[in-house]
Amino acid sequence: MKQMGKLAWALWFGYAFLYVPIALLIFYSFNESRLVTVWGGFSTKWYAELLQNDQLLGAAWLSLKVAAMSATASVVLGTVAGLALARFGRFRGRTLFGGMITAPLVMPEVITGLSLLLLFVALEQAIGWPDGRGMTTITIAHTTFTMAYVAVIIQSRLVSLDESLEEAAMDLGARPAKVFFVITLPIIAPAIVSGWLLAFTLSLDDVVVASFVSGPGSTTLPMVIFSSVKFGISPQINALATLMMVVVATGIFIASLVMARQDRQRKRDEQMAVQGG
Amino acid sequence: MAVQPIRKPTRLEPWQDPGQKPYVRIEKVTKTFGDFVAVDEVSLSIYRGEFFALLGGSGSGKTTLLRMLAGFETPTEGKIFIDGVDMAGIPPYERPVNMMFQSYALFPHMSVEQNVAFGLKQDGVAKAEIKERVGAILDLVQLGQFGKRKPHQLSGGQRQRVALARSLVKRPKLLLLDEPLGALDKRLRERTQFELVNIQEKLGVTFIVVTHDQEEAMTMSSRIAVMNHGVIAQTGTPTEIYEYPQSRFVAEFIGSVNMFEGRVVEDQADHVLIRSEDAGCDLYINHAVAVPAGATVGVAVRPEKIALSKEPPVNAAANAAANADGRNVTSGIVREIAYLGDVSIYLVELKTGKTVRVTAPNVVRRTEMPITWDDEVYLSWRPFAGVVLTQ
Repeated sequence: MKQMGKLAWALWFGYAFLYVPIALLIFYSFNESRLVTVWGGFSTKWYAELLQNDQLLGAAWLSLKVAAMSATASVVLGTVAGLALARFGRFRGRTLFGGMITAPLVMPEVITGLSLLLLFVALEQAIGWPDGRGMTTITIAHTTFTMAYVAVIIQSRLVSLDESLEEAAMDLGARPAKVFFVITLPIIAPAIVSGWLLAFTLSLDDVVVASFVSGPGSTTLPMVIFSSVKFGISPQINALATLMMVVVATGIFIASLVMARQDRQRKRDEQMAVQGG
Repeated sequence: MAVQPIRKPTRLEPWQDPGQKPYVRIEKVTKTFGDFVAVDEVSLSIYRGEFFALLGGSGSGKTTLLRMLAGFETPTEGKIFIDGVDMAGIPPYERPVNMMFQSYALFPHMSVEQNVAFGLKQDGVAKAEIKERVGAILDLVQLGQFGKRKPHQLSGGQRQRVALARSLVKRPKLLLLDEPLGALDKRLRERTQFELVNIQEKLGVTFIVVTHDQEEAMTMSSRIAVMNHGVIAQTGTPTEIYEYPQSRFVAEFIGSVNMFEGRVVEDQADHVLIRSEDAGCDLYINHAVAVPAGATVGVAVRPEKIALSKEPPVNAAANAAANADGRNVTSGIVREIAYLGDVSIYLVELKTGKTVRVTAPNVVRRTEMPITWDDEVYLSWRPFAGVVLTQ
């Protein structure tokens, strides 16, 4: 019993460590006072003000657009890369390719950002594209490092996928391209979705790389928050963060509900099959 | 062991008929993976309508050979002809061949019907015809009412039958089966063996089966090729392989066998006599062998061909020549008895120190059996029982 008490205490400490900061953030978003850390009574005025703040909303909108576009691009490229690594045997330069694909995972973001900035500047001087820095350059930059994560996810999924499924489809008369779209893609779809979500999240909270490659008039949300810290955080940011958290939490809740139901259904089916077999 | 082939003998088997053209011809095919030689200069001819088994342990190259027929591996050297057409450079999706995979490889995101229809869809068969053919083949494998289920809603035996239906629905001339019964339990496996043979005879498809299970190969196939280290050790009917193994490997791989080492002392047109220290007696075999006197050979005697008795065996007229002067008769002490119900296995230690395995049907009840542990017994066998092996 004493042991249990200690364990429960440790558990609550763990929860507190993880969630008290977030709870505080939500709590102070309903603060009347302009000072973030001084409680001045309950109010939703910061939410109302937030809706008037074009700079903050614009930044959030830009962040979402960049995240969606770069996640989509990195899913396409990452799937192709994962496919090359998992299915094309030992082609020339495979080891190098495998290493290079995962390099952005361990590269310091500052270096990634700086090198991309140099690349964009050089490109602009050489061929006139990209014309200045903005949404395009941030999207490209985010794609380069989120693609690595997607490639790793897809590759590991493909390695665990029974290759004889693809062989069976080919044996039944389907050409390789058709096999990919009709057999491989539907089976690895969950991995692609989770890859997309991971890429989306990574892009949404990146501040370092974005600071290097963004230009005037294209400031992402994390950059706005980060720079506003220097002048004291407005409770509007608390309100915005709360809203985003509600959206994310709802999404996760629904997803886990759906997954749990599918899991139960699957177990029931298997039980039925065993009994019926 | 029940080793009766269940096929009825036909007039002239195709492999004995010189006028027959083989349907599949494998010519000196070699496959290497790096330094490892998986298949080593294998040549085979397989005829239309055969149920051909490739039998071997793991790493014997049997699956690699099958995958080369399907087109998933390219031979390093040699040629494969199917129906007279050289298969070099022809991809799997253009070969007149279908394969049933060991893992069944059912598409998990498709229903049973969609799985079976997949191959027909690739060929652009009309929708009405697809529906009809899928229905017919599912009825054949007795899965008519399971069409809407997904693979994970089926039991192992049902999945196996879906895989079979899917590979048969395109009416291939040649069906390759990779360990088709490997994942089934013993009872289901025995029943499915007969089903497979029935389906094969009904549809007249040529089957090539890869298996490591010798009993499975024996019951189902018209001919067996025994493979070892990428080489074919012997090709023949189940009876030939079992009764007339050509090498020690085949004799020991198929069933169990007692191997006596000896030296040829008499080499006549109608018999040979082999002196064996191992057996403790001379071995008499009633047919000539192509080995000179003085050569050292092995003699394989199957456990069920040895008779056990507590008295010295009486020389029946047929065995007179064989058992004269104590030929094919030796004695020892019973060390172990394993009671299997229908038969019992006796391990008898000969005076020479060698242990011999004998199986005998349990004609009388276990409790009334005359031979028990530590009895001194005589072992004898008929002149045709021994097989002389030089390799």
